[in-house]
Amino acid sequence: MASVSLESETFKKFADVAGRDNDVNYLNHDHSITSWLFTLDHKRIGLLYLVTITLMFLLGGALAGAIRLELLTPKGDFLTADTYNKAFTAHGIIMLFFFLIPSIPAVLGNFLVPLMIGAKDVAFPRLNLFSYYLYFAGSVIALTALLLGGVDTGWTFYTPFSSTYSNSYVIVMAVGLFVVGFSSILTGLNFIITVHRMRCPGLTWFRLPLFIWGIYATSVVQLLGTPVIAVTLGLLGVERTLGVGIFDPRLGGDPILFQHLFWFYSHPAVYIMILPSLGVASEVIATFSRKNVFGYHIIAFSSIAIAVFGFIVWAHHMFTTGMSPYAAMVFSLLTFSVAIPSGIKVFSWLATMYGGSISFDTPMIYIFGFLGLFTIGGMTGLFLSTLGTDIHLHDTYFIVAHFHYIMVGGAVLGYMAGLHYWWPKITGRLYSEFWGKLSAGITFIGFNFTFFPQFILGYLGMPRRYYEYPDEFQVLNVFSSAGATILAIGYLMPLVYMPYSFFFGEKANSNPYGGSTLEWTNTTSPPSPHNFEKTPVVTEEPYHYHGKEAAVVSH
Amino acid sequence: MFEEFKWLPEQASTVAPEVDMLMLFIVVVTVVITAVVAALTLGFAIAFRRKSESYIPAPWFGNIPLEISWTLIPVGICLVMFSWGVKVYSNIVIPPADAMEIYAVGRQWMWKIQHPEGQREINALHVPIGRPVKVTLTSEDVIHCFSIPAFRIKQDVVPGRYSSLWFQATKAGTYQLFCSEYCGTEHSRMIGKVIVMEEADYQKWLSEGAESGQALQGRKLYTKLQCVTCHTGNAEAKAPNLEGIYRKHIPISHIDGVKIKDGTKVFADDSYIRESILYPNAKVAAGWESIMPTYQGLVTEEELLQVIAYIKSLNQGQTPPRTEETPTPATIQNKSPNKEVN
Repeated sequence: MASVSLESETFKKFADVAGRDNDVNYLNHDHSITSWLFTLDHKRIGLLYLVTITLMFLLGGALAGAIRLELLTPKGDFLTADTYNKAFTAHGIIMLFFFLIPSIPAVLGNFLVPLMIGAKDVAFPRLNLFSYYLYFAGSVIALTALLLGGVDTGWTFYTPFSSTYSNSYVIVMAVGLFVVGFSSILTGLNFIITVHRMRCPGLTWFRLPLFIWGIYATSVVQLLGTPVIAVTLGLLGVERTLGVGIFDPRLGGDPILFQHLFWFYSHPAVYIMILPSLGVASEVIATFSRKNVFGYHIIAFSSIAIAVFGFIVWAHHMFTTGMSPYAAMVFSLLTFSVAIPSGIKVFSWLATMYGGSISFDTPMIYIFGFLGLFTIGGMTGLFLSTLGTDIHLHDTYFIVAHFHYIMVGGAVLGYMAGLHYWWPKITGRLYSEFWGKLSAGITFIGFNFTFFPQFILGYLGMPRRYYEYPDEFQVLNVFSSAGATILAIGYLMPLVYMPYSFFFGEKANSNPYGGSTLEWTNTTSPPSPHNFEKTPVVTEEPYHYHGKEAAVVSH
Repeated sequence: MFEEFKWLPEQASTVAPEVDMLMLFIVVVTVVITAVVAALTLGFAIAFRRKSESYIPAPWFGNIPLEISWTLIPVGICLVMFSWGVKVYSNIVIPPADAMEIYAVGRQWMWKIQHPEGQREINALHVPIGRPVKVTLTSEDVIHCFSIPAFRIKQDVVPGRYSSLWFQATKAGTYQLFCSEYCGTEHSRMIGKVIVMEEADYQKWLSEGAESGQALQGRKLYTKLQCVTCHTGNAEAKAPNLEGIYRKHIPISHIDGVKIKDGTKVFADDSYIRESILYPNAKVAAGWESIMPTYQGLVTEEELLQVIAYIKSLNQGQTPPRTEETPTPATIQNKSPNKEVN
């Protein structure tokens, strides 16, 4: 809360001092604190999310730092075992539920969905603000659980450990996640209706930018998947507080049932995190190649396909639970089906670049990093879909490396690319290209340095969630911890040059990168409070560069 | 080719080379694909870098043959990986019929192992080389996972049920036994050793310090817990005769007190026997009243395994008399009962 009001104070001071655009825009039309805290403007709500999730990211990142520091040596020396367990639990919960899931949808989605479809706002602005406050309340409850003493169950809350044996603040944390889940559901609902009902004249479904397709597919998953985790956490709470036997076999329950319910949400949740990044990639690659996206329809449908397939592969997290071998085979085969649309996307992006006019601005550098890491993340997924190798690799550092490649390499780099790409639109300012490219490069190198050794560690058999480990694993752990310091530098740099550019950066024109979608072509930077001077009318498919040489503006 | 390369894990079971070969195949395929994607990305980035601010490239909307090939070729590759994976997986999960049996109970934070011959050990598992070994697993508290990286196998250990895994060690030595499912504070100390021994050493080890066979301990419990009072094995019995029932299909009449259709049968494996002891009402043998009390809380997981081992070994006419106080060891044979593979 404090940070938000502080932000508003600073806005007031600097916006005038630095002589921000004389035109009225959404940032300067009202400087009061209440105009920020009770704003119904989707753009301001997007910024509220941006500030809040950045704080959560810093907290989650600090926890990751503590974990890597502990793992520098085989013996436990920096943290106690309990603190370590609470640290990785908190790292997982914060990064997944309070940073990654809201990252692109709630920050960039809120800011961009109305702008990209030519609407004045989302369908339900008040519900949108309510969603933010649900997120905020959920964060406060989760942080309360951490301050009270934390949770030691792992972010997966496996029963009966979480329901009966853990002596930590499971219920408080579950309530926090329950609340934040509703924020996610309502945001998804809002976007679905916005995309259905509020597209401007001429903007048919197949003229939508691919980012909108990504957000739309994500919203469907949020709306359909999140209630399942809410119910599951509810059942966990009922068992833990009232002793009703649902998951604990001593009470007549089934611990594996929890895993089915948990992964029925949490696997699709991976696609909540990655689908919007895939959307960002399509936008950035088209703009910086000045070319239409190859296979537009296929890319749009592949987002939907990934969203649908995401719901039928959950049991691949459970191959070692003793499930029927026949069920394992079915889930293995279904899991491969997710690889196909993901591969199609990557190949289509390459074809988009082919014959293009490619420039190397910061967002594109981030997307190059994204392409590399997402490809490695996807490829290592094949080792885990394959039953014969999954049994050995399951619950080892191979898994840890794989999902960080997807969720940090894919989702976070996509988010960073998007944030850099739309930053001139969001703030009306340009950040330093030099520092931007440097941070993208350092992040990419630091990331590989941190997580690639973990693939080998996993193959050697090092189990995940180990506080101490046998000596033979130390070399690779030292590599990993060293890489984490480089990665941290890559993450911290944007925290300096981006806020700096907000106040002191060169002014951006309305379309510095030559983007072709409505937010670039029809709004100012930053946009006016109601987005468009007059309702735009769309007459052609997106990414229509050809035949429009004169219209391209360079910075 | 792998031996001298120390960045690879020890290969000490019959399935380990199979897993590694499959692993190698996937590594080669994925490295090639990743290299191609990386080369194309960098190649295109250089070849098609922006040379003129005014140049607008020609559009390219699609290319059906290209798109079909980059869909179907990956489908083909995935199917090969899937099928090969299933083949290796079958070898990992299906134990040979003649596997020797060992029992393990996980608890926070240790492994308790019982051998049928009576040897018990904590955080250590001695096994002979060259013989298939099946480990039946359960947990006293939370979910654990029994994992031996050198054998490339792991199996979750779930409270309230039996799971199992098997292996055949190929190389004498000492290997890591990890708990790989997070189970609380000292999860990372739930580590044991698997000691693979030559057959002769193993036999020697077995004979050292064994109190009495696992089944024999089960037989003591059978009388102590009053099982024998009803399961007498003779005409006046109030409960079914348990002689030779192991791995037979038993007709049942009620599930959780509800009458079910005649002729329904249940396979009397370890899990069924365990369930019948803890939840006697769950599946009631046809022709018998459901009068058995539950033994929940009266037997530990280890004792349950002993009782089951005894019932397994119980052949025709071997049920002890009700009055018997001290069982006679000589009658207990620990040969695997005649197996009926389902």
